[in-house]
Amino acid sequence: MKLRKFVLAVAVVAAGASVLTTGNAFAQAKEQFIPVLSYRTGPYAPNGVPWANGYVDYLKLVNARGGINGVKLSFEECETGYDTARSVECYERLKGKGASFVQPLSTGATFAITEKAPADKISVVTVGYGRSESADGSVFKWNFPIAGTYWVAADAIMQAIAKKEGGFDSLKGKKISLVYHDSPFGKEPIPLLQERAAMHGFALTLLPVTAPGVEQKATWLQVRQNKPDYVVLWGWGVMNSTAIKEAQATGYPREKMYGVWWAGAEPDVKDVADGAKGYNAVTMQHGAEPQSKLVKDVMAMVHSKGQGTGPKDEVGQVLYMRGAMSAMLGVEGIRAAQDRFGKGKVMSGEQVRWGLENLNLTQSKLDALGFAGVMRPISTSCMDHMGASWARIHTWDGKAWKFTSDWLQGDEQIIKPLVKATAAKYAADKKLTPRTPADCQS
Amino acid sequence: MFYRENGQFKTTYRADQQIFPIAQDRLALFIMLAIAFIAVPMVASDYMFRAILIPFLIFSLAAVGVNILVGYCGQISLGSGAFMAVGAYAAYNFFVRIEGMPLLIALVMGGVCAMLFGILFGLPSLRVKGLYLAVATLAAQFFADWMFLRIQWFTNYSPSGSVSVSNLQVFGFSLESPLGKYMFCLALLAVIALLAKNLVRGAVGREWMAIRDMDVAAAVIGIRPMYAKLSAFAVSSFIVGIAGALWAFIYLGAWEPAAFSVDQSFRLLFMVIIGGMGSIMGSFFGAAFIVVLPIFLNQFLPAVASLFGIEISTAGISHAELMIFGGLIVWFLIVEPHGLAKLWSIAKQKLRLWPFPH
Amino acid sequence: MAFFLETLLGGLMAGMLYSLVALGFVLIFKASGVFNFAQGAMVLFAALAMARFSEWVPLYLGIDSLFAANAIAFVGAGMVMFCVAWVIERLVLRHLVNQEGTTLLMATLGITYFMEGLGQTIFGSSIYKIDIGMPKDPVMLFESTFEGGIMINKEDFYAAIIAAALVALLSIFFQKTATGRALRAVADDHQAAQSIGIPLNRIWVIVWCVAGVVALVAGMIWGSKLGVQFSLTTVALRALPVVILGGLTSVPGAIVGGLIIGVGEKLSEVFLGPFVGGGIEIWFAYVLALGFLLIRPQGLFGEKIIDRV
Repeated sequence: MKLRKFVLAVAVVAAGASVLTTGNAFAQAKEQFIPVLSYRTGPYAPNGVPWANGYVDYLKLVNARGGINGVKLSFEECETGYDTARSVECYERLKGKGASFVQPLSTGATFAITEKAPADKISVVTVGYGRSESADGSVFKWNFPIAGTYWVAADAIMQAIAKKEGGFDSLKGKKISLVYHDSPFGKEPIPLLQERAAMHGFALTLLPVTAPGVEQKATWLQVRQNKPDYVVLWGWGVMNSTAIKEAQATGYPREKMYGVWWAGAEPDVKDVADGAKGYNAVTMQHGAEPQSKLVKDVMAMVHSKGQGTGPKDEVGQVLYMRGAMSAMLGVEGIRAAQDRFGKGKVMSGEQVRWGLENLNLTQSKLDALGFAGVMRPISTSCMDHMGASWARIHTWDGKAWKFTSDWLQGDEQIIKPLVKATAAKYAADKKLTPRTPADCQS
Repeated sequence: MFYRENGQFKTTYRADQQIFPIAQDRLALFIMLAIAFIAVPMVASDYMFRAILIPFLIFSLAAVGVNILVGYCGQISLGSGAFMAVGAYAAYNFFVRIEGMPLLIALVMGGVCAMLFGILFGLPSLRVKGLYLAVATLAAQFFADWMFLRIQWFTNYSPSGSVSVSNLQVFGFSLESPLGKYMFCLALLAVIALLAKNLVRGAVGREWMAIRDMDVAAAVIGIRPMYAKLSAFAVSSFIVGIAGALWAFIYLGAWEPAAFSVDQSFRLLFMVIIGGMGSIMGSFFGAAFIVVLPIFLNQFLPAVASLFGIEISTAGISHAELMIFGGLIVWFLIVEPHGLAKLWSIAKQKLRLWPFPH
Repeated sequence: MAFFLETLLGGLMAGMLYSLVALGFVLIFKASGVFNFAQGAMVLFAALAMARFSEWVPLYLGIDSLFAANAIAFVGAGMVMFCVAWVIERLVLRHLVNQEGTTLLMATLGITYFMEGLGQTIFGSSIYKIDIGMPKDPVMLFESTFEGGIMINKEDFYAAIIAAALVALLSIFFQKTATGRALRAVADDHQAAQSIGIPLNRIWVIVWCVAGVVALVAGMIWGSKLGVQFSLTTVALRALPVVILGGLTSVPGAIVGGLIIGVGEKLSEVFLGPFVGGGIEIWFAYVLALGFLLIRPQGLFGEKIIDRV
């Protein structure tokens, strides 16, 4: 009894001590701190794990290459479980350690952190997700949806479908269904798809799937009844593999399905294998790149030393590459900041924001980093926080993802007005004044 | 020795009927309020405010509401997340659509809408009892989930369905800083907890407890089950609605319906059960336990692991958190099924006799 | 008309799958008075065990036949569920005898979290495959009568047959064997059963073990359909309306309730859904169950609730 009381007392004291001292740690003087919000548990873990592994492996690679002009990176992972409240708590805990940017990997968390980040002077980098309208840097000073947003993805899918049909005019009278995750993430493409439907005269049916998307029989029965010419799949996590399995079970041809870049990775199709043959997905520039120089570097400098974060056969997979690319864009933002504000120094949040806003990744720079043939040049500016809108289509052939299209680009004529209008509405709601050109120079 | 009631004579009925008749209790409460209002703001860090204190306050408020329904009136409800959601979205609509609406009024109106929703989904309790009612209230939960995703009017036609609020201020004081948020939540919690405590002491509270203990007998002696049960749902959902609005406005800032999912309902029920059913004090204990435990484990486990030289991944810590959480709940229920509040009252009993053993 | 029949049949089969999960709830409630919220976690745990064992058997034991690997995995997972049942009875139920229903309910919620954490720690959190040779493609019937034919999902059909077989087996078990009789006696009245010498603790272990095997079969079928991953626990939330509609204490109630909920869900989503934007399946099932409860508060086949003053 006495021992139990003693242990209990020690536990309580330790609890109090540890809770009181959280959030007071300082980053090392010469290290740039990077918070890593990831989810390795919960219903979205199968997709979150490879992304996190890619992200952390890239940070380790940067350190192995000598850091950014000699400044090493320190990082800490925090488990969010794709839950907004936990993501916010992780953000609050890690921001005090000197974070200059954060990548939440969850649209819900992005919305919540966008409200807090400007006051904390931390950039929210959302490579390929987040708010599509945050590409407008004049309203969203601290948001960076670099390399692509959901509207670019939806537009690329539409262009690929149009190409298959023989031009946008041939889409008149056709039927396209959107099977989407019933959440802000899933609803993102709807404005753009509705705009395209109005322009070209095809019928768009919206079929929401309640999160997490485990039961889709009724949805695919409706698909079977509607007999759409194409199905656009906008899911994440288990919803993707379930959708493909239900498509197989109801006999809908997988060749007619196009998934967003978060629905086109190995965890979604691996256990369906041949049943998913012919399933297409749009990619945000990169796909599965096992032959790239980046993968070779990671294997040589990180995995061979036993420092790899995940299993070796995961290196080069689609989501791994996305995590690595996201990390690379953040690191390059820091490097750009160092080029302006002092090489070899630790950068503050404001300086890194400038760096992210003035990214100029030419093809030669990307090649040197190991992304030859994987990525195209990215160049952000004050008004444009996206920097590039390239995409491709890849198709699952039963064993691997293979590219089946040329480079596509989001149609600026349609996307830009939509971005401006939605961003203006946000600014009006929040009573923000858009930035002036003078402010852009700072 | 210190906690003696001897010598505290009451000379008026009013004095006899006060909430805290023992002077030491009043002193303890005064000290606690002083610490909460004065001392904590002086020493707590930003992180403490943002991540621990504000969630604790908001969840205590919600737990008080759920305790009224589950602990005092005995109606098991798994739809508390839905009531929070209704409160949050209703407050949002009042705040955003009506120009110049004060924050407090918007919150109260959010509570009123949650109250109406609670009465509507509390109607089945007149016919259905026990575990069947618990599952039936899940209907409210899932319906609310769907309603806020599908009916665009509730989210002010925002393209993605996610809403946000900013520039909160009350009586001219801005609520942007963590300190402001903390004081606001603390003030609201103190007022509502006091009102709730008074309510459960009165006739209405006794009606609720009669229904909880044996509803047929209560009906026999003249307590109308409909009024009692529906008033419990009404008061409970009002408080939970305000807590939901606070959670959305103050803590999250921008939210989507998934923030009020069925997991939230289970969390609230845990707080009530672990804290102690039928006790306002217990709601605070339960909320503290549930809010602080995951954060504590998140810090403690890696420290312990590094003592032994093992490195655990974040996934491992998360799994260990789940296991310890589940294990602790079971352990608590075995050791003290009446919750932390019972432990507290046992402590007070012992204090009355201290330093004598009996 | 063809489409209506398709949806109806699809709903019936989905309903049978829900009944499988609901059976676990009913069994445990009948015999020990505990509403086992951990049923979902048990389904996941059993499915994870089976999926991983069937993966490891070819690797470590060198047996290549799919059937043999699955059979060994099934038996292994069954033994794991027996251990789980034994541990739960020993550590949790024994200490919570005579507590109120809410306390036991909360204890099972605690067990849920524990098992979720433990399952993911031991077996991992990726998506795992269970391949029991179920056909994945649909079959079209009555193609002459209806245009395009009525589509039957073969996998669901076989799953419904397995579920029906399991129910038949359980009925025989309860009616004809001595242990089954003992279980029914305990379900009737704990104290009376104890007084005639039935060992309560052992009965509880047996009940939880049987429920565990039912969870294993359910996990096997759902896992074969969807892949074994964390979201499998949400299947329990889909099966709850079935339990309360049929009555917490009735096995035929679980079947009938399952069929009603399955049909109601699918028909509402396909025919009512488009008018309100879709996604109404889940809450419609609960509202449907609630509607039935308002007419019969104890569920369709449940025991009448008698309050004594």
